[in-house]
Amino acid sequence: MSKTIILIILLVLLLGVTVWMTALGEVGIFKMAPPGKVLRSTLRHVQIVGAAEALAILVGIPVGFFATRRALRYVSPVLVGIANVGQTIPTLAFIGIAGAVLGMGYQAAVVALFIYAMLPIIRNTYAGIRSVDPAVIEAARGMGMSRWQVTWKVELPLARPVIIAGIRTSTVVNVGTAAVAGMIGAGGLGELIVTGIAVRVMQLTIQGAAPTAALAIILDAALGGLEEAVTPRGLKILKEKQWQQ
Amino acid sequence: MIKLENVWKVYADGTEAVKDVSLEINEGEFCIFLGPSGCGKTTSLKMINRLIPLSRGKIYVNGVDTMKLNPNMLRRDIGYAIQNIGLFPHLTVEENIATVPRLKKWPKAKQRSRAEELLHLVGMDPATFIDRYPSELSGGQQQRIGVARCLGADPPILLMDEPFGAIDPITRTKLQDEFLKIQAKIKKTIAFVTHDIHEAIKMGDRIALMKNGELIQYTDPTTLLQQPKDKFVRDFVGADRTLKSLQLSRVRDVMRQPPLTVKVEEEPGQVKARMQQEGTTWSMLTDQDNHFLGWITSEDLDPTRSLREIMKPPTVTAVPETPLNDALSMMLSSTIGTLSVLDEDGRLLGVLSFDMIREVLGEQETGRKGG
Repeated sequence: MSKTIILIILLVLLLGVTVWMTALGEVGIFKMAPPGKVLRSTLRHVQIVGAAEALAILVGIPVGFFATRRALRYVSPVLVGIANVGQTIPTLAFIGIAGAVLGMGYQAAVVALFIYAMLPIIRNTYAGIRSVDPAVIEAARGMGMSRWQVTWKVELPLARPVIIAGIRTSTVVNVGTAAVAGMIGAGGLGELIVTGIAVRVMQLTIQGAAPTAALAIILDAALGGLEEAVTPRGLKILKEKQWQQ
Repeated sequence: MIKLENVWKVYADGTEAVKDVSLEINEGEFCIFLGPSGCGKTTSLKMINRLIPLSRGKIYVNGVDTMKLNPNMLRRDIGYAIQNIGLFPHLTVEENIATVPRLKKWPKAKQRSRAEELLHLVGMDPATFIDRYPSELSGGQQQRIGVARCLGADPPILLMDEPFGAIDPITRTKLQDEFLKIQAKIKKTIAFVTHDIHEAIKMGDRIALMKNGELIQYTDPTTLLQQPKDKFVRDFVGADRTLKSLQLSRVRDVMRQPPLTVKVEEEPGQVKARMQQEGTTWSMLTDQDNHFLGWITSEDLDPTRSLREIMKPPTVTAVPETPLNDALSMMLSSTIGTLSVLDEDGRLLGVLSFDMIREVLGEQETGRKGG
């Protein structure tokens, strides 16, 4: 409850600051972004994050899943290793490299963000599936479930909370990375921030930064809710018990 | 019902896990695969439902070569229970038990009624447990659900891989006893893996003793104990195999009628006379309905005190189903060295003494020498 209140206060503050900055109209010789521009930038930002995240989920979950299969057991350490090491690259450095390799613009940014966002999803999917008790899978096979039935009815439901947690991390990071991608001409709220920094107008930077923060908070809360909703009841009880011990 | 014919399991690295094993398990028979770890007993079991593919030889289930069947269909007709249970943590007790019925697309109502029926069978109240999750159950209860689940679609054959292995000794004994009672009702054909000789003797109709992938001796428990084929079998069943063989007999086979029973309202003087007449120093006290109350010894008899006052209440009692080895330890812990045998309502059925057990051991000793 108190968590929700803090969240709402924070959102109101951030949006209030955004409106305030926009209402300034101009600072010295610099014009602030008009309301329409802020809105378009926000939508653009959501679009970049959405496109990159959708691709990351579509590719990341299967990659993470197949990395757990016996047939790929020689490849999977490499895959998971890349996913782990890749995540340690700082956002700014990653976008810098991506800009140099992929070029500038919206599409280059989406590709870069997609690769970066995919890493936590691969890692969590892999970890989630691997964490399923082998005895549970043996029992499932022994009772006559086909491989696909084991995957759909046992492995994925049990790994689901961990996979969603990966998507949540990935999305929140993605909102921030997309802001940095403003540097390589992706558009979105990053553009306001980068411009503000370039011309040293703090108000302009805040005009882009506040809605970016609000976006990250909203998405985190929404995906947190989803994570809670898709966790099977039996697993919640199990977790509670483990906490008590 | 199940037939292994020259079965081999050879792994890619050349390890021979199972070497040329042939055996047959008849319908309704409880067959134990016994042996030290790495002897190939679990591998043999898992080749029956094709969880492990066999390298050479043939396995027939119901006369059909298992290699000719779809492995998933084969497995749905064979119950499977394992040591680590492997209940589905995200599913309720009902959904766990109805795993195979669901795979077989039984109607929902039938799945539920079957789950209720099986909960009854394993001694758990359906109303309390059917909608719970595995994490809300104790280890023993989870194992019961594991047994109920392997009976889900009423398969004629059960494969059980140390199903009671990971449970504390007291609960294990209880589950073993309960499972024997269940088996007496349902008469499944069972292949059961264990490394515990006591469990093997207690549960099995026949025991397949394995070593290094080979089948050493395949016979009934009595023969295994009394006529071990070689040194390995002798060592494995243990030097105390005479004592172990007590496990094969039940109190009901050995108990006798008590030399003298007296009713609670009899006069002490009268009782003394009867005891002298029968030439015994003790008798057993019962009430009108033959419920056992306690022991009366001749030195305690006192004309001024009632029988109820002087009797010694029993510290331990046995039931007819108690195995003789358990009865023996009960006697050793009781002061009298004689054990009363009662039915479930506490009515006196008979009595067991050291001498009676000694006679049984003597018979087995002669039997072994003779054989």
